[in-house]
Amino acid sequence: MNKIITLCFLLLTSLVLKAQEPEMADVFRKEGKIYVVIIVAGIVLAGIFAYLFFLDRKIDKIEKSNQKQK
Amino acid sequence: MEIKKHWWKIVCMLLLFYTIMAGFLIEVPRMPILNETIRNLFFHVTMWFSMIVLLLISVINSIRYLSSQNQSHDITASEAVNTGVFFGILGLLTGSVWARYTWGAWWTNDAQLNGAAVTMLAYLAYIVLRNSIEEEQKKARISAVYNIFAFVMMLVFIGVLPRMTDSLHPGKGGNPGFNTYDMDSQLRMVFYPALIGFILLGIWIMQLKIRLKKIENSKQNEATHC
Repeated sequence: MNKIITLCFLLLTSLVLKAQEPEMADVFRKEGKIYVVIIVAGIVLAGIFAYLFFLDRKIDKIEKSNQKQK
Repeated sequence: MEIKKHWWKIVCMLLLFYTIMAGFLIEVPRMPILNETIRNLFFHVTMWFSMIVLLLISVINSIRYLSSQNQSHDITASEAVNTGVFFGILGLLTGSVWARYTWGAWWTNDAQLNGAAVTMLAYLAYIVLRNSIEEEQKKARISAVYNIFAFVMMLVFIGVLPRMTDSLHPGKGGNPGFNTYDMDSQLRMVFYPALIGFILLGIWIMQLKIRLKKIENSKQNEATHC
């Protein structure tokens, strides 16, 4: 009898420990809202890349026209 | 634009898009206190690595300048510091926010934090030093010598000292190798690509700044010749 009680106690504590696992944004993820964050961050990143890309091209053009002058 | 010369910029873009996608989506270790903020690893730590690589480029070019007196090395060295400091400031700001929500304060008296602050000041001093010298050659030489000193300071303040005391930073305090970071293989799968992506981004920005500076210089030379 004593052993069964101990076993039950151990099982219960393991359940409690599982419930105490650090909290993560699981519900938020399940609702698919994380994709909204990804899209927003993606747009920001794309904007920065586009900016750098056009700046790169602009500098290219100036370098070429400078070389022609010489 | 030929692809041959610019392929690494495309790699940079792909890696960073992968970073934000996988960075937000993968399963991460469930840790107390950190919770979801563990994902900051991909965005905060990478800033510092990017800074270190840029400062390394800078100190190499400073040494090359001292042995060759070629002005183009000097321009590379100074623009690499400018970009590196930019990434460092982003590192400080992101770290500060992260610390507020996990350690409970915007700034803690952690060896790593103070070391990073001293490093930033040392490099801000580099920028001030450069701007305070008029004559081109003197400016290049003195700042190159100072840059070597600043780089060593950085290695000591963010690479050595934090390991000799206790630090809140994982992996610091004691003597870790890269492998003892509290990182599992899942995190690494995003961390390393993120690292390369942000380093390439830093180099891209640095290169643009160098080219602009060279254009500016050639315009000035023309003006003085006319």
